[in-house]
Amino acid sequence: MSLMEILLIIIPSTLLWAAPLIFTGLGGNFSERAGVVNIGLEGLMVIGAFTAIVFNLQFDSVLGDATPWVALLAAMVAGAIFSILHAVASITFRADQTVSGVAINLLSIGLALFLVKLIYGKGQTDIIQKSFSKIDIPILSDIPVIGDLFFSNTYYTSYVAIFVAIIVWVIMFKTPFGLRLRAVGEHPMAADTMGINVTRMRYIAVILSGALGGIGGGVYAQAISSDFGHATISGQGFMALAALIFGKWNPLGVMGAALFFGFAQSLSIIGKSLPFLENIPSVYLLIAPYVLTILALTGFIGRADAPKASGVPYIKGKR
Amino acid sequence: MSNRLRNLSIPIIAVLLGVVVGTIIMLISGYDAIAAYSALWSGAFGEVYYTGEVVRQVTPYILAGLAVAFAFRTGLFNIGVEGQLIVGWLAAVWVGVAFDLPRFIHLPLAVLAAAVAGGLWAFLPGLLKARFRVHEVIVTIMMNYVALHLTNYIIRRYLPSPSGDRTEKIHATASLRSPFFEELTDFSRLHWGIFIAIIAAIFMWFLLEKTTRGFELRSVGFNQHASQYSGMNVNKNIVLSMVISGVFAGLAGAMEGLGTFGYAAVKGGFTGVGFDGIAVALLGGNAAFGVILAAILFGALKVGSLNMPLESGVPNELVDIIIALIVFFVAASYMIRIVMDRFSKKGVK
Repeated sequence: MSLMEILLIIIPSTLLWAAPLIFTGLGGNFSERAGVVNIGLEGLMVIGAFTAIVFNLQFDSVLGDATPWVALLAAMVAGAIFSILHAVASITFRADQTVSGVAINLLSIGLALFLVKLIYGKGQTDIIQKSFSKIDIPILSDIPVIGDLFFSNTYYTSYVAIFVAIIVWVIMFKTPFGLRLRAVGEHPMAADTMGINVTRMRYIAVILSGALGGIGGGVYAQAISSDFGHATISGQGFMALAALIFGKWNPLGVMGAALFFGFAQSLSIIGKSLPFLENIPSVYLLIAPYVLTILALTGFIGRADAPKASGVPYIKGKR
Repeated sequence: MSNRLRNLSIPIIAVLLGVVVGTIIMLISGYDAIAAYSALWSGAFGEVYYTGEVVRQVTPYILAGLAVAFAFRTGLFNIGVEGQLIVGWLAAVWVGVAFDLPRFIHLPLAVLAAAVAGGLWAFLPGLLKARFRVHEVIVTIMMNYVALHLTNYIIRRYLPSPSGDRTEKIHATASLRSPFFEELTDFSRLHWGIFIAIIAAIFMWFLLEKTTRGFELRSVGFNQHASQYSGMNVNKNIVLSMVISGVFAGLAGAMEGLGTFGYAAVKGGFTGVGFDGIAVALLGGNAAFGVILAAILFGALKVGSLNMPLESGVPNELVDIIIALIVFFVAASYMIRIVMDRFSKKGVK
């Protein structure tokens, strides 16, 4: 097997697995930059995946080829609505943000499976007919070598994810909104003094994280799993959280980390068919994202520091 | 209303609110709520077999709850109970399979192995917290996944039984199973582990409330700087607290490995006991006795829920929703406090 052939397998697969992580990680980025820890990303992905699959199954006869994209919008809305629970608990009612996130995770999987059984009378949905499919991107795929490697046999969603990452970076670091967002997460009292509505900013940030987490789940469900059951989302949200930390709370860093974790995930799945990897136990690839995140936090790979006020409820007038 | 009474009433109100919302969900979905709850009750206490199963489920819940609660009391959030539990499970089963010893050595050794494994798995987050100020929540989450994949790999690679994705059965000398309890409860899987769980709860209460070491641990949890100033070794106490928490979690794994199942299987996902432990600890107010009560409630809900689809046609996930809602309401207890303040003020007028 030549290097070219290997790359032709690995690159599209990496992009495929990275897309949900990028979306969800960016969602976490909004929320944590505003000072709200979001352990509930996993649960938001579950809601997104569930909504996307149910919507897809219901409307694929009406919407035709546009189904997965519209379903993705539905997933986004569902994720955003669901995340309001986390916002209300952790911002207004000053709940411990980690506990509230755990509750979101428990609630989402319970609710989603409950509804699946209610709607379909069984523990798992049918397989969707209209999933995101592999395509050759027009024009770009005609470029020699690069076109074959990066733009053939791939998914639009991966490129949307990368594009969104760049937009989020611009929003976060080049706009007044982004500056306020970061101020609220670093020093909410100073931000409040300057006239920024801390509560409103945090609500917006958490809802954005829900929307992006929902998209992440919707992409995963419609591009990778194709149905919804209890194990559809198992750890993707936490891996996105890892990507967020490994990417040092910077949207482009998150994208890079998500691509890298996607690479590790796809290697752990397809590695057995590759000549020089078949002897390496896949367990090393499976645990790589988590071990690297711990190392990054410890400071062995450039120290990762969380936004200062992250995890602390803001109580007006309290010093 | 006195503070003590108010602290007691919050978990009760949270449970009631959880049940109310759960009922509303059932009514909206067109299910018969009364049938569901009566199925839940008879699934937990209707027959002696079910009650045996409830106690069986309560056993790891107590230990997982103690693990979370102990860390909480000392200012740490151990969300990695799940990982420590899995590691402890495998360690106990490994000792149970690999050695051939008389029972009075074998069983304690297997339980000890689980405790040590869980403690070691929690040692690393504790050390990183103490030494590098790395937040323990993220590290323990990551360690959960490392534990999952690593134990799966070890089972497949080093301990497989002929049937494939699980280990051999442990030797009878390492088993917690109890023919006496089994006969008493119509052959449920109830085992001796419940005594270990209760002893652990007493141990936690004694350590935290009655010893100098426990005072130091709690003190570090309340205020690191004050503790440092008064001459306590903050870093040592942080590591120690995580390790003790991990020991409880490892013991919870031993309950599953030596008692309920008698083997360790390759897992597609988490057992959920570790995360339910968070719910147990929160509802139990992070106190040893409260944890036991909360574990009984959640154990009964979990086991009873299995009867709901059979008798009333309601999916058993409803109970997961209710448990999540209870966690939610306890976490947002500020909301309950506000409402209670309003009411008590009106009462004064």
